[in-house]
Amino acid sequence: MGEFLVWVVWFLAAGGCLATGVAVVSLTNPFYSALALIGNLASLAVLYLLLSAEFLAAAQVLVYAGAVMVMFLFVVAYLGGRADAPWAGGPPLLRTAAVVAAVALLVEVVVVLGLAWGDSLRGPAEVSDSFGSPAAIGEIFLTDHLLAFEITSIVLLVAAVGGVVLGSEKERGRP
Amino acid sequence: MTGPGVGWYLIVAALLFGVGALGVMLRRSPLIVLLSLEIMLNAGSLTLIAFARQQGTLDGQVFALAVMAVAAAEVAIGLGLIVAMARRDMPLDVDQASALRG
Repeated sequence: MGEFLVWVVWFLAAGGCLATGVAVVSLTNPFYSALALIGNLASLAVLYLLLSAEFLAAAQVLVYAGAVMVMFLFVVAYLGGRADAPWAGGPPLLRTAAVVAAVALLVEVVVVLGLAWGDSLRGPAEVSDSFGSPAAIGEIFLTDHLLAFEITSIVLLVAAVGGVVLGSEKERGRP
Repeated sequence: MTGPGVGWYLIVAALLFGVGALGVMLRRSPLIVLLSLEIMLNAGSLTLIAFARQQGTLDGQVFALAVMAVAAAEVAIGLGLIVAMARRDMPLDVDQASALRG
């Protein structure tokens, strides 16, 4: 019974993920696109939970759906009607090529997966209950991956300063 | 609890990545392109987390956290660029913002 429930939740989350992803790409109003991406991130968080990544699921909802998407919605509101994004005309050849490239990429990945499915793709390992908990992640982040942690903070600082510089009012006076 | 194996998650991640790539290539609005990029990054994160679960080590999850931070930085810079474009009355169209083309 528990097994069956896990599959049901998995199908709901995966289906929601793909449906909202298609909605993000196909809608013409960026506001609705951003809302669809919030749904996408929420269903991804459910998939993370099924993979016992509790801390990442929480961080996903807090950082992405909470902070990043709110910033995005503010910019969409600031741009108003200019933000509307109708499907651009463009040369049909380019559009066809884009679809062919994306489908080729997908087929490649699925074929490789199919080849690996039988032998090398073994099932999930046995893990303890603390796998993916904030304590476990924090410990490995501050011991084995300390350099990555520090570099991440610098990247975020530079990005914040860059965002302020790019969007600051002084830009208006320059040619 | 067993549930779906790692391969199922990888298939979802591959499909998500394809959808995001289509969005980046087909749409012209920088806002939609940014959103599609987010989808692609998240597909990568899902792969990392699925393999972390398979191997039973936490390194993949730490990597996914770093990806999350980089995605936040990318959105901050991208939105700053879009606001700067709007301030200068440039059309919000990635095909027309080609001044750096060689």
